[in-house]
Amino acid sequence: MAKLNFEVEKLTGEIKIPAINPGATAHVKPNAAKEDHNTGIGFPPSRVENWETKAVEKMGELLGKYKSLRVFMDTCVRCGSCTDKCHYFIGTGDPNNMPVARQELMRKVYRRNFTPGGKLLGNLAGAEEMSENVMDQWNSYFHQCSQCRRCSVYCPYGIDTAEVSMAAREIMNSVGIGQKYCNEILGKVTTVGNNLGLQKAALANTLEFLEEDTEEETGHAVKFPLDVKGADVLLIAPSADFFSSPHIEGLTGYAKVFHEAGVSWTISSYASEFANFGMFIGSFDTMQTVAKRIRDAAQELGVKRIIVGECGHAWRVAYSFWHTLIGPWDFLDPKYQTPTHIAEFTLDLIQRGGLKLDKSANDERVVTFHDSCNVARASRMGDRPGGQFDIPREVIRSVCNNFVEMDENTIREFTYCCGGGGGLLTDELMEIRVKGVSPRAQALHEVMERKGVNTMAAICAICKAQFTKVLPEYGFDMEVVASLHQLVSDAIILGGKPGV
Amino acid sequence: MEGLTGLSIVFIALCYGAFSLFLVAFLSKVYGYAVTPSPLKIPTTPAPTTSLGVAGRMAGEVFFFTSLFKGNKWTWLGGYLFHLALAAVLLRHLRYFLDPVPLPVALMTYPGLEPGVWAGVVMIAALVYLFSRRLWVDRVKYISLFADYFILTLIGLIGLSGVLMKFVIRTDVEAVKEFTLGLATLHPVNIPPDPMFIIHLLLVLALVVYFPFSKLMHLGGIFFSPTRTQVDDCREIRHVNPWARN
Repeated sequence: MAKLNFEVEKLTGEIKIPAINPGATAHVKPNAAKEDHNTGIGFPPSRVENWETKAVEKMGELLGKYKSLRVFMDTCVRCGSCTDKCHYFIGTGDPNNMPVARQELMRKVYRRNFTPGGKLLGNLAGAEEMSENVMDQWNSYFHQCSQCRRCSVYCPYGIDTAEVSMAAREIMNSVGIGQKYCNEILGKVTTVGNNLGLQKAALANTLEFLEEDTEEETGHAVKFPLDVKGADVLLIAPSADFFSSPHIEGLTGYAKVFHEAGVSWTISSYASEFANFGMFIGSFDTMQTVAKRIRDAAQELGVKRIIVGECGHAWRVAYSFWHTLIGPWDFLDPKYQTPTHIAEFTLDLIQRGGLKLDKSANDERVVTFHDSCNVARASRMGDRPGGQFDIPREVIRSVCNNFVEMDENTIREFTYCCGGGGGLLTDELMEIRVKGVSPRAQALHEVMERKGVNTMAAICAICKAQFTKVLPEYGFDMEVVASLHQLVSDAIILGGKPGV
Repeated sequence: MEGLTGLSIVFIALCYGAFSLFLVAFLSKVYGYAVTPSPLKIPTTPAPTTSLGVAGRMAGEVFFFTSLFKGNKWTWLGGYLFHLALAAVLLRHLRYFLDPVPLPVALMTYPGLEPGVWAGVVMIAALVYLFSRRLWVDRVKYISLFADYFILTLIGLIGLSGVLMKFVIRTDVEAVKEFTLGLATLHPVNIPPDPMFIIHLLLVLALVVYFPFSKLMHLGGIFFSPTRTQVDDCREIRHVNPWARN
């Protein structure tokens, strides 16, 4: 592992609010997108002429298109409720990582251009014109927000910094200042169909290998079907599920669940990606373009329903946005919720007695559960508010004997982001990623010490990738991270029940 | 207009001017919030799944500051006391604009108890607390703008001048009521030439004019915050983005 050029917090099990340290992570910036990354998704190749004016014009356009942005620019009273809630602030002490201060980076430009006070009084009214310096701050700090919405829970006006950072990124993209990681990936998903640029042949190979592997291990011919027309279920999984660990163990879990349920299902090579980074860059159009492939694939394959795998932001896009982006679902069977989360499907099957489970298969594990930010605060599962917390936990309790919770201020709606969400899962942002995981790392350490936890289950591809990469910097074994459906997979007794 | 002093004419014009400006600017801001589309469903979840549920959530935010309570108990206490006291003070002031005085307003001046006046004292104390925490807490100090200190000071001075008129430099409330009632009924009469009252009134007018251009718009904004006002029914009902191209 490369040596880090910054200090990693010591594990004490306690989440401490740091004193402010101005400029602590001002130097952490994303790599700039290359010209074809920007043009690939319809943005100018490089910084446009008069970009300052153009950026302000774009802000005006967005103020007219997004009620959230318009209301949020006016209503903040700087009460400070959010100041100690962001994992990046807790990890870095940089005051610009306090949600309100992050918003102020945009609000000061808003005041200067869209309020009488800001136009008349300038600085005195907290107004500042768009400039190289301001853009520099934007580029740093709007890429140190994982859009996890934790701040919005504590805001008396529901101001959501995610909305502000999305708008900021859209403004930056519109003047040709793109972030390489997101824009390059969006280019791949809109042309090849997944974030990795994995071609159909490679995908088919992977699935074939998984079939052989699973049969060898279990003695059962669990299928991983690809592009099967007329299948009942289209499974949309994050592409990380096809190659990295512990994601792939989760995919095996989905396959075993479908196998036992006796449903015909398929993966699509055309829409082989659940993730939708269009949300991270705040672009409705890009998000729609990415999502459209899934609708097209579902229609082309003639499936009855869509079930999705474990991914946080993608579940937000699917649960909250798909209906708007690619609905209505008039071509799917109205009997089913669209989309259905794999955890909803699995729990339903368990409750109807459709899975034979051996909980003791997970007896060497003491499991805790990390609520993913976008699942927790931007979506739902089941038919009751909070189902997004209860359903994954019920699945875990059904397949494991030992389950314990982390500190109550770090779970459910108060959960801390893994530190890698929002389009920050890239190496050049490693400092912010390592520091940003600190609240979660402390809460995990506490239950490991006190309750003997050795497994943290997650239901998000980004969480899993981030945790396995950065938790070792704190001294955790990367094996501590597990997919929810990995636990299911290990407990399923194949061939145990007829399909239900 | 006959019989009005020059001073009165100036103040009557200022009062109507300030109030009109407030109305126009406040309403146009709120109109802007109301007509700006919400392209997507973004309630902060867990969120209610029915409109009635959302009404309950909003009532919690507006009457009890539930989210702030989750965030910081001391700020909640200071902010809540301030707003509660302000509401009592405003209720008490209705007696200057209504004749006869309705019971709830009259209760604010219950002889011997004077809840409305004590509310004024609590309000000032809360403002002092809210001001000082902007200096004490390093994070809050960092985010505080001139506007934040300004508004606390302005409202504090309004409260102070009001309390002074009650306890120290008594003013002729009968004459004040005649003046305010005259304004309210569009039959303006002379302003009592009492310096303390005039200072109090000028500060209030400054607040009224400043209001729609400041963070005080949280009064209107909170009712339009999509993360709180939206119903979580994304899968059940298709939300349409009016400006979607496809």
